[in-house]
Amino acid sequence: MEVPVPKEKWTGSIGEMELGATPEKGGSRSPLRLGGNKGLPFLSFEDPAKRTVALAGFVADSLEDVPLPVRKAFGEAVNDPVRWAVAWKEKGADLICLHLTSTNPEERDASPEEAADTVMAVMKAIELPLIVYGSGHPEKDAKVLEKVGEAAKGERLLLGQAEEGGYKSIAAAAMANGHAVIGFSNLDINLAKQIVILLTDYGVGRGDVMIDPLMAALGMGLEYSYSVNERIRISALSGDAMLQVPMICDCVSAWKAREASDEVPNAGDTLERGIWWESTTALAALLSGADILVLGHPEAMMIARDAVNGFRGEA
Amino acid sequence: MATAIEIFKHLPKKNCGDCKFPTCLAFAMQLANNKAKLDDCPHLSEAGRNALASSSAPPIRLIRIGSGKSVVDMGDETELYRHDKRFFHPAAFALRISDDLNEDELHKRLSYLRSLRFERVGQVLKMDLLELECRSGNAENFASFVKKVASETELPLVLRAGDAGVLSAAASLVKDRHPLLHGAEANVKEMCAVAKGLALPLVVGADDLNALADAVETARKEGVEDIVLDPRPNDLKELLERCTIIRRSAIRKTYRGLGYPIYLSIPTGRDGMLMASTAVMKYGSLLSFEELPASNALPLMVLRQNIYTDPQVPIQVKPDLYPVNNPGPEAPLLFTTNFSLTFFTVMSDLEKSKVPVWLQVVDTEGLSVLTAYSAGKLTAESVKNALQATGAMERSKMGVLVIPGMVARMAVKLNEATGLEIVVGPKESSGLPKFLKS
Repeated sequence: MEVPVPKEKWTGSIGEMELGATPEKGGSRSPLRLGGNKGLPFLSFEDPAKRTVALAGFVADSLEDVPLPVRKAFGEAVNDPVRWAVAWKEKGADLICLHLTSTNPEERDASPEEAADTVMAVMKAIELPLIVYGSGHPEKDAKVLEKVGEAAKGERLLLGQAEEGGYKSIAAAAMANGHAVIGFSNLDINLAKQIVILLTDYGVGRGDVMIDPLMAALGMGLEYSYSVNERIRISALSGDAMLQVPMICDCVSAWKAREASDEVPNAGDTLERGIWWESTTALAALLSGADILVLGHPEAMMIARDAVNGFRGEA
Repeated sequence: MATAIEIFKHLPKKNCGDCKFPTCLAFAMQLANNKAKLDDCPHLSEAGRNALASSSAPPIRLIRIGSGKSVVDMGDETELYRHDKRFFHPAAFALRISDDLNEDELHKRLSYLRSLRFERVGQVLKMDLLELECRSGNAENFASFVKKVASETELPLVLRAGDAGVLSAAASLVKDRHPLLHGAEANVKEMCAVAKGLALPLVVGADDLNALADAVETARKEGVEDIVLDPRPNDLKELLERCTIIRRSAIRKTYRGLGYPIYLSIPTGRDGMLMASTAVMKYGSLLSFEELPASNALPLMVLRQNIYTDPQVPIQVKPDLYPVNNPGPEAPLLFTTNFSLTFFTVMSDLEKSKVPVWLQVVDTEGLSVLTAYSAGKLTAESVKNALQATGAMERSKMGVLVIPGMVARMAVKLNEATGLEIVVGPKESSGLPKFLKS
């Protein structure tokens, strides 16, 4: 008996985006192509195009917020963002997600110039595209990302992050220098759409926006993210143009869950469990629509890579 | 249920009124809304009745394994996406035990299974079933093994054997436990005879969906209605796509022959864990594990808990006084709501601050701070009662209560109600570390 394959009739598709730029386009590396999908994640009968999900290695230039197991996995390299990024390249990362936390005005308060030097040093050391965040302090980030944007003009970085309460300076830094920008929203499909509208109204091209709808980790609200992401992807495929942009999901927050890093009776080796805590979060992000996963632990990246290859039928 | 017009086509169109509705069309509309029963029409033809009965059947058949209090329900799902309503019956986890184990190994395995039990936000996470597999190939051996294990556990059982005679002999011994039968890759007709004879549910498997549909058709012709599907995926891609096609066919009604719960045999190792996690999110009903390392069990069980949460009923944490970073009597007192997401966020930010504090969780029926306040579920009175119930003011003697910035306007009333000095904290939880350090 022939079972008919039930395809959903989608009318929309996810926009395409390139990160990193070739010398012809003013950059110095080969780009990653993301997006372009016409169906729900990894259903080849709905969308025959092989889906690209890029795996980004988490790097920070100060260690305050870096989970201990992540630090340990990289040893001494975590003290130098360049060495850390090189280690990620060796471990198979597609791109680097660099957090310039040293610029935090309450901690080291590194200058925007220093931060830009760090970014350029990483770019010189490895030929992977880069995501760059400030320290999460809106006023300082504005200055930091402006400098970074200028220094890496033409390299097509992905700058994070624009929020409803403050997006103009980062949008300007991206527009002036040919970079893309992350629009962040807090677990809500309407807010996700809102930040895309704000950015595009301000002049950022829709092809230059990636959304971060906040990936809540396993046991910390994962079900909200799973459904918000899924709804965003379904709305986009159903024709909502403002949601037809790629999605980035940060899974490093999984290590904040107590069950990921504390001893739990009868729950096995803590590190192994923590790695699966991050990996399971990553898997939920993959199946709900992520185009980029940011990962902290190299083992979690290997597992996520296996998952992506497995879903693509290339395992 | 079909639409009124679809139903109307099968009615006698006599407008006799014997069903107590004036016309057949009116009756059809009542049927479509589940406000009337098919039996109310005395003139319905046999063909019409069959057509309507099958179209009013749930899209995915409910299958129950086990007996008494120890049962697992599978199927009867109505959604493709959990946000449309909810997923109802959480994927059940079985651990496989084979009859070639000696006494010692068997007991180790059973006590391991019992150890995989965790309490989390008021729910117990645990293994749900035991799958007993015949590897000895010996009917007597398997039967006595099944009887022995059944006497040592109350868990619902899956019995798996490649030979109908072997399966039948063992199953008849534990028939009253209502086990699920799995005939591995044996002859479908023979297995159906066993299942039908004992009135037990049966797993029907095949290596692709078309063959699976044929096998189901055969089983139904043999008189077996309580069917569970084993789509036998070889890898992640096959698992995701086959489970999605099975679920969509049933819910979208593009093909009715696969409207049954899905059984999946989970291999060992990393691939198995990835398949299991995918199955939890994508429509697996029963996952049978060859091995399930303890370090994998908890993340998988929490994933299941998360995915099967009713989106309209938020997970709530226990209203209590939580010590954070080893507080003493000098540590300040804070409060938040019992909405799990709020609680986890606040807790993680407090831990990050490394400042010792007491956190009082107030029962707001799972609403977040601002929502609870607007709905009248978070009042000066309810905060006071919560503090009194846990003796919070004896534990923290600082005389200060830090309140969420979102509800700054509660300050005066809270001061009157509790006599504590009220300090308005940050609006966002992420501001807590900075706030507490200063």
